[in-house]
Amino acid sequence: MAKQTLVHDETVIGLEIHVQLLTASKIFCGCATTFGAPPNTLTCPVCLGLPGALPVLNRRAVELGLRTALALNCRVAPRSQFHRKNYFYPDLPKNYQISQYQYADHSPLATDGRLEIVVEDRRLEVGIRRVHLEEDTGRLVHDAGLSSGGSLIDFNRSGVALMEIVTEPDLRSPLQAREFLTALRRLLQFAEVSTGRMEEGTLRCDANVSLQRRGGPPGTRTEVKNMNSIRSVERALAFEIERQRTLAARGEAVVQETRHWEEHREVTFASRAKEEAQDYRYFPEPDLVPLVVDAAWIEQVRGLVPELPAARRDRFIAVFGLSPYDAELLTATPTTAAFYERAVALFPHPKTIANWLIGDVTAHLNETGRDLDQVALTPHRLSALLRLIDDGTISGRIAKDVLVEMIREDRDPAAIIETRGLRQISDQDALAQVVDAVIAEHPGPVAEVRAGKARAIGFLVGQVMKATGGRANPEAVNRLLRSRLVS
Amino acid sequence: MTIDPETVERVARLARLALTAEDHERFAGQLDHILEYCAQLNALPLADVPPTSHVIPIINVLRDDAVTPSLDRDEVLAQAPAHAGGFFRVPKVLEGG
Amino acid sequence: MDPRHLQSARALRAAYAAREVGPSDVVDALLTRIARLDADLHAFLHVDADRARAEAATWDERYAGRTSPAGLPPLAGVPVAVKDNMCTRGSPTTCASRILEGWRPPYDATVVARLRDAGAIIVGKTNLDEFAMGSSTEHSAFGPTRNPWDRTRVPGGSSGGSAAAVAAGMVPLALGSDTGGSVRLPAGFCGVVGMKPTYGRVSRYGLVAFASSLDQIGPFALDVADCALLLRSIAGWDPQDSTSAQVPVPDYVAALEQGAAGIRLGVPEEAFGPGVDSAVAAALHQALEVFAAQGLPVARISLPTIEAALPAYYLLAPAEASTNLARYDGVRYGLRAAPDDLYEMTAETRRGFGAEVKRRIMLGTYALSAGYYEAYYLKAQRVRTLVARDFERVFQQVDVVVMPVAPTPPFVLGERAQDPLQMYLSDVFTIPVNLAGLPGLALPCGFHAGLPIGLQLVGRAFDEATVLRAAYAYERATPWHRERPPMAAAA
Repeated sequence: MAKQTLVHDETVIGLEIHVQLLTASKIFCGCATTFGAPPNTLTCPVCLGLPGALPVLNRRAVELGLRTALALNCRVAPRSQFHRKNYFYPDLPKNYQISQYQYADHSPLATDGRLEIVVEDRRLEVGIRRVHLEEDTGRLVHDAGLSSGGSLIDFNRSGVALMEIVTEPDLRSPLQAREFLTALRRLLQFAEVSTGRMEEGTLRCDANVSLQRRGGPPGTRTEVKNMNSIRSVERALAFEIERQRTLAARGEAVVQETRHWEEHREVTFASRAKEEAQDYRYFPEPDLVPLVVDAAWIEQVRGLVPELPAARRDRFIAVFGLSPYDAELLTATPTTAAFYERAVALFPHPKTIANWLIGDVTAHLNETGRDLDQVALTPHRLSALLRLIDDGTISGRIAKDVLVEMIREDRDPAAIIETRGLRQISDQDALAQVVDAVIAEHPGPVAEVRAGKARAIGFLVGQVMKATGGRANPEAVNRLLRSRLVS
Repeated sequence: MTIDPETVERVARLARLALTAEDHERFAGQLDHILEYCAQLNALPLADVPPTSHVIPIINVLRDDAVTPSLDRDEVLAQAPAHAGGFFRVPKVLEGG
Repeated sequence: MDPRHLQSARALRAAYAAREVGPSDVVDALLTRIARLDADLHAFLHVDADRARAEAATWDERYAGRTSPAGLPPLAGVPVAVKDNMCTRGSPTTCASRILEGWRPPYDATVVARLRDAGAIIVGKTNLDEFAMGSSTEHSAFGPTRNPWDRTRVPGGSSGGSAAAVAAGMVPLALGSDTGGSVRLPAGFCGVVGMKPTYGRVSRYGLVAFASSLDQIGPFALDVADCALLLRSIAGWDPQDSTSAQVPVPDYVAALEQGAAGIRLGVPEEAFGPGVDSAVAAALHQALEVFAAQGLPVARISLPTIEAALPAYYLLAPAEASTNLARYDGVRYGLRAAPDDLYEMTAETRRGFGAEVKRRIMLGTYALSAGYYEAYYLKAQRVRTLVARDFERVFQQVDVVVMPVAPTPPFVLGERAQDPLQMYLSDVFTIPVNLAGLPGLALPCGFHAGLPIGLQLVGRAFDEATVLRAAYAYERATPWHRERPPMAAAA
């Protein structure tokens, strides 16, 4: 499966992704990484850049970086170092960021990987240029409360472990970029490396985009920043490509610059700040010693990588007999996959559970705009519900309503059925009474059935269901009607 | 070799140093002098000599991912030139720095 | 002044236990002495009199009911001074700069914590060249320190305050930091013992960084045994410093008793080069004879990279310093100026740096900048490899290298302050040792016109014990360590 080659006037997109790693403490100090703490309560001399402070590298950050490198099929550098990236900005306490630079024979943590994605049923391979570790900056908040203006800084985030993933410019459309980010996010979540939420800032993406003619020289690139969801990335890229196309059509040149995406106006605009050519003056970080990763360590990390999405999906197909489509849906997130497996363990009917999760449960989640881990539905309750259908306690039709109630009221299905009196009516005598009453009330359809139009039975069944508030056992009703009307 | 005024200005900007006209001239001259002195290194046989970035052969210094107590915010902010509501305060930062 | 208050740290401990004198007596006496002498010498930037007295009182009690110091920590009740570029929690730490004037760190440097654990009483913070950049302590924003032997002359730098404080009998022990000679040079100029340990021997956590790959904290004392005692109290692995070595700390004091027999010494011919003052050369020759008379002949060796070390250092150190000092921007601590516009605020705040610091930041920024990284910084790192290899070669033949500390005796205040390059040349014999990361010790080896001349001994990495043993043997055979500056002897 080859990489994509360029066609006439193609777009060339590369992504630079920053991922917040799931470590309990920061990358170079022991401060907690808890989200949402009061400002500047998770700081210390190291992450505040106080005089005399020194960094010490978090082992888990390295392991999560290595885990990601393996999941992305990268080459892990046997030896790598950290570098100082020097620039002044108030959210950067030391006015240099400890990162990893790639040049000459200096390799960052990992390079030369790939992630396979599927876009419109085509498989594409996206190259990963590098994976490296660095520290996050503090958070600048513009102080609207002050009449004089001014900015406020919270250093809780300063020093949080970040992993930067840079792709090769292998993406050819905003849709591909979206699919790549979705696949990457899923991989990171399954690998338990990050929560990967753009809305929460644990996954951030900058994009580089240019237009290029086949056989022609590379076009001028612009960098697009400030997109805070995967959809944003898609829309921003679409806008930027159109903007560049328009310039080209007018014979105007694209300026190499950084552009910011404005979510509300849905445009990119050139940064207002004076663009100085940045000279980061990279040099090896003297306060940190080199990182040497040997084969033994790599194997140890490999052994601890959780089951990745593709493997999980394949296993679902093999073990549960699911279709590839269904298996893909059920492994969209680690939460869904775990839920499914647990439910099957409790009620071993994989296809039934799959249908309910993909069908009614998903429909409800979409309607209410929630995720599976945000609602009061457990594998235990879902399997209980399905068992109640299976043993005839309720009908499938009633179960759909019970499902919604379970989620809304955070109750067990058995409790809801009792409270609302939803038990299926299967008692022959009780049903016979209703059936006879319906037959008496609808002579027309009855006559049609007797005349051989089997379809009219459906109407009569419906009437019985209506009369019993939906609780009649449909199979039993059907049998009774047939026995009465069809000789 | 002379360090031109533009270079001095560029380096001063990179280092966020505000130089007076007098500083400019003085530094240009002194830096020139020092760099000329350093030029003697060009005479050394350095072609196959690897650079030393760490003089001691220590590698893989790592710490466990354990949370340790942070500083008391009051003690930290007490030393801050300006703060408000638990944040550090600075003059307004233009977007996209 | 009562000589019982002016003893070495070891003697003080014994005296405390023998109830000849108490920690409070000593601290009171030294505080008085400081008050009297320091107006002239300006060794201290800050004296913590109240806290020192309170701690001394505690030690009075701890010593009561004992007949020996055994069971008490190694520096129990001993007054020490700390160079003002090491963080002392709640106490000013200015680095002799307007940028940090009034700043009180919220944490202690590891060495400070270790001093406290060892029972030392930190009397105050001593003067230095601003941010440790200098060789004379003339670049302090708060005025120079003067050499106790001749107050018209410099005490050396950058740890001039600590060296002067010990030389003038204000404290028996002090800590300094050494990046290119900043402990050894002032030790030599002030006639006391000073040591730069192997890089990684002593934690740098809490030492305000100048050049990260070169900085080390080291002890000042009146004699080699006290130096060994202080070194042992601060050395050892620190998990908060990634560059600190997990090498066990020997009992340096006990090692001295081994004597120096069998130690092979070498003196590089470069030590007698044209730039070396005749008085220094003469003192060096005399020292070689003393060693020979002890049964320790000094072989002639060569360290041809010594000369290249200086320009390499003046590219490496400023480069690292330029980034280490980037954090001083007025945002989180320290000086803040011109508060209306962010860029201006940073730039105006950084006007608070003195000329030497600005010069090195400029030089360092230039050496790292695009287009110049290979030509300057990288080249200097290659030279560093050559210097390290040079010493490695020499240590196949000898165990300790003997050199001068400086090419000249202490110079007059103001003589070199305006010519940076002239000032830098003072470090020609100390810098190579920092580049190679090796341990170096300075101790007095004579006088010229009443001015001290220092001898430098350099050893293999983590072999401080051998260096101390050689130094001890020299010291026992010479009278220099018993000399005191006239102004201090009279006080």
